[in-house]
Amino acid sequence: MNILKIIFVSMLALTMTACVSTRHKIIEGGNQVKLRSMQTRAFDTTDKNNVVRNVIATLQDLNFVIDKADADLGTVTATKLSGYQIKMTVSVRPKGKTQTSVRANAQYNLEPIQDPVVYQQFFSALQKSLFLTAHSIE
Amino acid sequence: MNYLRYCVVISLLLVVSGCQTVPKDAFKLSATSLQDRQLQSRMYDTADEIALLSAGIHVLQDLGYTVDETEKNLGLVTASKHADAVNSGQIAGAVFLALLTGNVQTAYDKEQKIKVSFVTLPSKKEKGKYIARITFQRTVWNTQGQITTSETVKDKEIYNGFFDKLSKSVFLEAHQI
Repeated sequence: MNILKIIFVSMLALTMTACVSTRHKIIEGGNQVKLRSMQTRAFDTTDKNNVVRNVIATLQDLNFVIDKADADLGTVTATKLSGYQIKMTVSVRPKGKTQTSVRANAQYNLEPIQDPVVYQQFFSALQKSLFLTAHSIE
Repeated sequence: MNYLRYCVVISLLLVVSGCQTVPKDAFKLSATSLQDRQLQSRMYDTADEIALLSAGIHVLQDLGYTVDETEKNLGLVTASKHADAVNSGQIAGAVFLALLTGNVQTAYDKEQKIKVSFVTLPSKKEKGKYIARITFQRTVWNTQGQITTSETVKDKEIYNGFFDKLSKSVFLEAHQI
């Protein structure tokens, strides 16, 4: 009886804190940097248009349908439907004189995706398409 | 005691469902991704990307789509259409179920939205040639306004049908990639 009570109370506490606390972390400085670094990679190329085209090709390989794109701004927005919905924006911009940086962020149904594995998988697919290595940024 | 047990089970369910997690395979290239790419792409012997894009737009218009966005510098056209999703078999099933249960509220698929992105990409293997890739996606709503299906369309006939029309439109032969 007592054990059940303890389990119940801890569950309740978990329910209330689980999502809220992670959401709060986004606006905390340290974690924002962490989020940005897991969502960003640099590639050794200055051909921005080619990078954006490969982003589109990679998203199509991952069964996304492209919603919109802008060559000048280097942005691509796409949606994947597979019983669930994932919406993703990728932005490409020059980084220094020799590199191009690619930043991605995605939303699963109503929640932003903060799982680093998801972004690793995306960049791993993108680097295969580009024949270039994705460098982590610090 | 029993009441408490229910509470534990319910709160456990809440904990499990509280934070949605992304399916593990959502960003992984699937085993069929190469076949999918081949199904959705054709290579054309042309260096004129704009002509290929514009031919794609014409075919989409022929098929009743309206164009949502274009970006010619990236070789992208997105289009969509709303269409009927009524399936006579499903209605018969719904009527049968209604007769059986007396519940006249049985829902069946009513409407669908189809979204398309058509992309042209310079071939990496053969200079001066372009690859056209199209992907279809649809969402289906039932008579009660609920989403019953949201998926990427993978039917072979749909893609073959599109590229047959595109080839006629550009007066070029399409090559498998």
